[in-house]
Amino acid sequence: MSRENVPFAASDVRVQASLTRRIAAGPGLLLAGLALLALAAFMLSLAVGSVRIPLDEIVAVLLGGDASKPAWATIVLKFRLPKALTAMLAGAALSVSGLQMQTLFRNPLAGPFVLGISSGASLGVALTVLLAGVAVGLGGSTTLLAGISLAGDTSLALSAIVGSGLVLLLVMSVARKVQSGMTLLILGLMFGYTTSALVSVLIYFSVVERIQAYISWTFGSFGGVTWRQLQVMAPAILLGLAGGHLLMKPLNALLLGETYALSLGLNVRRVRLGIIGSSAILAGVVTAFCGPIGFLGIAVPHLCRSLLHTSDHRLLLPAVTFMGATLAVGADIVAGLPGSQLTLPLNAVTALLGAPVVIWVILRQRNLRQAFAG
Amino acid sequence: MTDATVLRTEDLSIGYRRVRNAPVVVASDLNFSLQPGELVCLLGPNGAGKSTLMRTLARLQPPLSGQIWLDERRLDDLRPGQLARRLSIVLTDRVDVGAMSGYGLVSLGRHPYTGWTGTLNEQDERIVQWALQAVRAKDMSDRLTVEMSDGERQKVLIARALAQQPRVMLLDEPTAFLDLPRRVEVMDLLRQLASENSQAILLSTHDLDLALRNADRLWLLSADGELFDGAPEDLILNGAFERVFSAEGVTFDRERGSFHTRQEACGRLRLEGDGVAAFWTRRALERIGYAVEKEGENGNSASYASNLHPRQSVSGAVSVRMEDGRLLYRLDSGGREDSFTSLNELTTYLRRGGAGGDTDAKVDEDLYARR
Repeated sequence: MSRENVPFAASDVRVQASLTRRIAAGPGLLLAGLALLALAAFMLSLAVGSVRIPLDEIVAVLLGGDASKPAWATIVLKFRLPKALTAMLAGAALSVSGLQMQTLFRNPLAGPFVLGISSGASLGVALTVLLAGVAVGLGGSTTLLAGISLAGDTSLALSAIVGSGLVLLLVMSVARKVQSGMTLLILGLMFGYTTSALVSVLIYFSVVERIQAYISWTFGSFGGVTWRQLQVMAPAILLGLAGGHLLMKPLNALLLGETYALSLGLNVRRVRLGIIGSSAILAGVVTAFCGPIGFLGIAVPHLCRSLLHTSDHRLLLPAVTFMGATLAVGADIVAGLPGSQLTLPLNAVTALLGAPVVIWVILRQRNLRQAFAG
Repeated sequence: MTDATVLRTEDLSIGYRRVRNAPVVVASDLNFSLQPGELVCLLGPNGAGKSTLMRTLARLQPPLSGQIWLDERRLDDLRPGQLARRLSIVLTDRVDVGAMSGYGLVSLGRHPYTGWTGTLNEQDERIVQWALQAVRAKDMSDRLTVEMSDGERQKVLIARALAQQPRVMLLDEPTAFLDLPRRVEVMDLLRQLASENSQAILLSTHDLDLALRNADRLWLLSADGELFDGAPEDLILNGAFERVFSAEGVTFDRERGSFHTRQEACGRLRLEGDGVAAFWTRRALERIGYAVEKEGENGNSASYASNLHPRQSVSGAVSVRMEDGRLLYRLDSGGREDSFTSLNELTTYLRRGGAGGDTDAKVDEDLYARR
């Protein structure tokens, strides 16, 4: 009614703007904290295991020096370092992929595993591992390849990427038509059943050693990745992570829903393909080298949202990267049962630790909508 | 206000294309325009295609044929970013952005202007502040959208659309989930925004009363795809409302600008009294089905004569006046005089057959006791 409300003093704006900047400094500190936490987890994972190695010795080895015991240098450089790097990359990759899926599908239960991306990757790997065995068996030669060559790793990764990418494209094409998140979840579930059925058919006709290899792959492990394999895995994941971070603005626009995103000038179709692409690379590559690792992808975005109290992807993307890396390394440390010679299947640990965390986060929210970003 | 047209359509045909069959035409040969600074309300029965028209104007779906011109450029020729700087929308869909402040939500409206991270510069921040202030929602800046009421969230969503600095704003039923005071507030706000910022605002609504009171122009879209364009009053006088909303059992009351269910009047009463009390007494009597004739008025007013059975005559008189600081209602009918202290008592008595020939009426003992 009164026109006095409309004009406003410029100084007023400046105060308000500086206030918002100060508020933004909080999350910045939190991000730095999360990065330090990831670094600490990384160092810890180098230190603990069946043998305990002092931190100063690790630093010396990492800087190219010698450890007081030569065996320690070997343990750190040949076993623990690639494993820790793999865990960090995998955790970051799965978490970013999960965040992207939750925002794209506007569903708090979405994640790389739930929508069948990992199932697709599993089928791809099963086809490669088990069918190759059948082919070799039919060819008359029963000798199994003792180690997997670099070319072999690449084909394994490729088959996982193709498998996960195909599933995602299928989910997306259906997603465009149905628009209901629940339908998509059921669809993902059905993909899971279908792929496991196909895998069991493959297992039925395969040879025991191949089956063993496939089953131990499904347990999930960061330990099996060698330096040579890391040369394939690390660039692919870093590429996927970079792609994911480039999409922070479109992801924020998608929080409003696709129609609003479109009205904001977003090329929704292209962005959707970009999200699917980076998500498929991230989830597919991790699944190929480490097995289908559950839970991290769903749990980490929820943890970060409740920690940072925001659904802004400019903060969430780096946050889930650090948090995912930290938790993956943490889960690996627990699975290694420090001080013992035993190891637990990684997937058992992520689920046993992850499920209660998700339950706790969800119950703490007054309303589920607050817990996720869509 | 200038003569410049900001949006105009040329033989526009809207509807849906189907894969194998002929397209579903919702409306065709639409020629209309929007001027800067005006608030236009789009009204029409359910299914007439209001949303289709809005979606087509926002380029969310393609027209079947014809052209849309925005700022004297063809809508099809604009790049997504260019369109987003000229046209913004507020949808009916509930928006769940998770943990985001009002400020954060409004700043999403700056996306067509910001870089790849979406970070605001000082000018963007100033515009976000201005948008929040323009919708009188400055105090919602730091509050989470999930904690806002429907009315507050709607204001913030309008601020978001405003932050796009559009020439045209399209709002699909912006008052749908709001209570009456909030609806009045939002409509009032939109009217002011249109004239203060020289924007053209088009909104669809079912809220006839508010549209009649606030819109500079109305577009009535009929179920068979005809669009009537004019000042609200013109459309009432030229019978467009009856044509668009004609339906079984419903009539449009031109005197009041509202719809009534068509029913036979059950009797005719003369009303004596003044002011607000008389107004609401009349409303109460009409509500229970009486034709009301105001003292000194010719009882043959157009709308009611049509509803009244010809052989019915005046079956009584009601008077309302202040006595000892309280309203007192008197009913004079069939040679009997009754008085009531509330309209509830009066209407209850009448509904049970108190007035008009029905001598066998069962009149509640309790009602007599209260007199």
